[in-house]
Amino acid sequence: MSQAREGRIVKVAGPVVTAEGMTGSRMYDVVRVGELNLIGEIVELHNDLASIQVYEETGGMGPGEKVVDTQAPLSVELGPGLIENIYDGIQRPLSLFYDREGAFMSRGTAIPGLDREKKWHFKPSVKNGTKVSEGDIIGQVKETTLVTQKIMVPQEMSGTIQDIKEGEFKVQDTVALLVDENGTENKLSLLQRCPVRKSRRSSRRLAPNTILATGQRVIDTFFPIAKGGTACVPGPFGTGKTVVQHQLAKWVNADIVVYVGCGERGNEMTDVLTEFPELKDPHSGEPLMKRSVLIANTSNMPVAAREASVYTGITIAEYFRDMGYTVAVMADSTSRWAEAMREISTRLEEMPAEEGYPAYLAARIAAFYERAGLVECLGQPKRQGGLSVIGAVSPPGGDLSDSVVQATLHVVKVFWSLKAELAYQRHFPAIDWLTSYSFYKQYLKKAFDDPEKGEDMNKLTAEAMSLLEQESELREIVRLVGAEALSPKDRLALEVSRSIREDFLHQNAFHKVDTYTSLEKQYEMLKTVLCFREHAINAINAGVGTDEIFKLPVREDIARARYTPEEDIDKIRSIREKIAEQIKNLQTTPVS
Amino acid sequence: MLKEYQTISEIAGPLMLVEKVDGAKYGHIVEIELRDGSKRNGQILQVENDKALVQVFEGTSGIDVKETTARFLGKPLEFGLSPDILGRVFSGLGIPKDDGPQIIPDKKLNINGNPINPFARDYPNEFIQTGISTIDGLNPIVRGQKLPIFSGAGLPHDNITAQIARQSTILAEGEDFAVVFAAMGITFEAAQFFIDDLTESGAIERAVMFLNLANDPAIERIATPRFALTAAEYLAFELDMHVLVILNDMTNYCEALREISAARKEVPGRRGYPGYLYTDLATVYERAGRIKGKTGSITMLPVLTMPEDDKTHPVPDLTGYITEGQIILSRSLHRKGIAPPVDCLPSLSRLKDKGIGEGKTREDHADLYNQLYAAYARGKEVQELATIMGEAALSNEDKKYMKFADDFEARYVSQDYFENRTIETTLDLGWELLSMFENIELKRIDPELLEKYMPKFRKKQAEKTSKSKEETDRETEKTQEAAVKTTEQSQSKNADEGDK
Repeated sequence: MSQAREGRIVKVAGPVVTAEGMTGSRMYDVVRVGELNLIGEIVELHNDLASIQVYEETGGMGPGEKVVDTQAPLSVELGPGLIENIYDGIQRPLSLFYDREGAFMSRGTAIPGLDREKKWHFKPSVKNGTKVSEGDIIGQVKETTLVTQKIMVPQEMSGTIQDIKEGEFKVQDTVALLVDENGTENKLSLLQRCPVRKSRRSSRRLAPNTILATGQRVIDTFFPIAKGGTACVPGPFGTGKTVVQHQLAKWVNADIVVYVGCGERGNEMTDVLTEFPELKDPHSGEPLMKRSVLIANTSNMPVAAREASVYTGITIAEYFRDMGYTVAVMADSTSRWAEAMREISTRLEEMPAEEGYPAYLAARIAAFYERAGLVECLGQPKRQGGLSVIGAVSPPGGDLSDSVVQATLHVVKVFWSLKAELAYQRHFPAIDWLTSYSFYKQYLKKAFDDPEKGEDMNKLTAEAMSLLEQESELREIVRLVGAEALSPKDRLALEVSRSIREDFLHQNAFHKVDTYTSLEKQYEMLKTVLCFREHAINAINAGVGTDEIFKLPVREDIARARYTPEEDIDKIRSIREKIAEQIKNLQTTPVS
Repeated sequence: MLKEYQTISEIAGPLMLVEKVDGAKYGHIVEIELRDGSKRNGQILQVENDKALVQVFEGTSGIDVKETTARFLGKPLEFGLSPDILGRVFSGLGIPKDDGPQIIPDKKLNINGNPINPFARDYPNEFIQTGISTIDGLNPIVRGQKLPIFSGAGLPHDNITAQIARQSTILAEGEDFAVVFAAMGITFEAAQFFIDDLTESGAIERAVMFLNLANDPAIERIATPRFALTAAEYLAFELDMHVLVILNDMTNYCEALREISAARKEVPGRRGYPGYLYTDLATVYERAGRIKGKTGSITMLPVLTMPEDDKTHPVPDLTGYITEGQIILSRSLHRKGIAPPVDCLPSLSRLKDKGIGEGKTREDHADLYNQLYAAYARGKEVQELATIMGEAALSNEDKKYMKFADDFEARYVSQDYFENRTIETTLDLGWELLSMFENIELKRIDPELLEKYMPKFRKKQAEKTSKSKEETDRETEKTQEAAVKTTEQSQSKNADEGDK
């Protein structure tokens, strides 16, 4: 059984290689292909012929070269050393790659995912003789200042702990023995392997019920995402999908962030790499990199590895979820992943469904997003872990009827629709407030410590949303008959919704204060904008002209509230007093 | 020992099937000798057992199944490089086309290159001054960026690329530059225009040309950008130069790719383009960039013509998803005689934020372009409204924004193809235009910056009111002149199109 099975290449067509003499190989086994020992995966079997998708460029390869089956599915290494790392689609650390091979990616290089030499301090949390089973925590390793890794009993293992010890260990060193019922000793180390295409088990799925704050006003206030929820961001190019993803990766209130750059630009990954170590997490004050894992399989890197990259990312995320953490996965972009699937499918000469995509596209997308969720983790002690997935989608020409968008919309609960017109006006984030939606809105009020504030926030968002709705109708009227024909109240509605758009929804990702807004500050800001409306209505009823109201100097304060630092939130509250005062003055001074 | 085969069994379109081959490798090159002794080049697209599928770069006309021989050279397509490539002209397949001697290579590199490790990249953040306001002020380019120009038939993209190549090569002390120009299926005239321009400015000696013109074999175009980029990588990362690569026109490249795909009977994606078009384009575009620890850089300006000016066509669409922004040319601006007709609103440079600001351009740059964009977008909206309801129906505020949009187009967007504006001139011009608004309307500018810069321009504005009339008169004269010039050009372009 265990002897290495060897076959021969008979056909090479782009990233797909066919080999003969592969009887006994299993689907999705990893193989080493050709003289260069390239890594590949079996994706089709036909008698003794195996079709293999190769994770590296296949140029220079020809019939007759050998193919060796490793008899194992594509797996990732899990353990201390994941955080702060940047990997390619099949978990090769790119920094080590650079040290060894230079600036360009050479082929056939095998580098293990976790550093073999680095020592970690392991602190046991169970005693010898404890009976443990899959998922039980046996100890921990403090990996970075932000992340403590819980060492768990690997999948499908159980027994009695023996010889567990505290100390400095390399990832492969034995930290404990696990004796099963038959008396067989299994060595436990800090490292475990896990196949990527199968989701890690948990004890029970729970329905998401808490908001995952992102510090982005339009998202948190109007279209929030939940811990364990799923969201998608489709939009044509230039609408800021990647900036939204980056902003979330930076400011999301999660313990761990896994960022998968799937078939996207190289310079964007460099941007993340240079920025994250410098940026401070608003919750802990530590560099953001200390809670992040990056997967970068840029568009020019091999297409099959791109297909694997989202699985590599989500498996690492599940591993942290199982420790009881809140994890957020950003996949940018799932369209490139789908295209990689299409490319492999074409080479396999499969019958295509829509737009050349394989018929199993929707099923694969659904299965991927379904790996998100809030779960009760397997094993002792009892704990809950949440895994949220946020996928960018890049539909051709921004057309939302694209198969990838449609398949994604069937499964995700939050939809942030990016609109080109908003981007042209440099209104960022260009999330269209009229077409986007979120199924997690009802949990927003629970996100405030003060239940009254939560209730109030609910009312404010409802009011703001109905104003924005009203605005779109009023704009139609203006288009037909001109602004002069509107009643003062309608004019006010237009002006206030403009204020909501420009002073609240618009958020500058590159401004040091504006880039992140806490829920508390969002509440104050929105309340202030709508407070202006309340007072203005009164003034209009009292016969004050709209022009005078719109010209009040306090409006500049409202517009600049966003630049108020988090620690000075009180200043935003004081704007409301100013509004009351200035409008009152209007009512008392006689109209000239 | 190289074997020769006379076992060609099938020829269809640009493809040829050779049988009973021993040891053929995917991606290797094939030398084909025709009955009359002439030679052609091919590349293996697929090998299955003893059958090799070969794409023939120069086309298959004249190849027969009986007497043509195929020689498998056992190596990938390579380009022999040395510093002597500067100032030379090559064919689309890297063969010297001028009268100069053969290149004696220092180094031979596979034209497909290897992907840059994302970890090895250095983030592009050095501002390049192109002297064009709409680029420098609103969509600044940085070294190592790839910024395509989305054009259409009859639009002056050639003038713009030439202007950028001419004006952006001014460097600091001790720096070295080169221009790599790859022509794919463009007309002789368009290529010659560019060459003449480089000759005039003297940059020709620092240029490497790869010319595959409209009447050259179409399949050769698949290799052309790769030869150009191999040369660029050599110049940038081995000889420490700042290289500007111009790829003109990527639409023709994609069409060649589609031809191969159709001949292979692959399942087509949108508009018949292969499903792997994105991946293939990425292997071209992603070769731009900077690398840690190296001085040189590759900045890329691909030009592509959008069929029917349709931005959602697969070629511009997929390009936009890979490149770091896009400069879009507008036909309506061009018709109005505004040159260069850069359509500011949908144009974008993604890498601008780290390349501008204090120490790079000026502290007010970011806020200023945000404000200009917001005001211009609003002005454009009003312009549209005015076409529906007439100007009379507009409010005074709307009228002001409309005036701003007009002024902005006439003074900021419009400039001469030989006018080289410094970044200070461009920024000051922006302030000057904005000085027609009250401070409270300029919400996107930091109050401190407003305080610091605005007063100067308000004063100027007041002084100028008397003079301004003369100036606008002169301005309109100039634009009219430009309009005449450009229409002439577009006419000759259209004629070319007709020939095709």
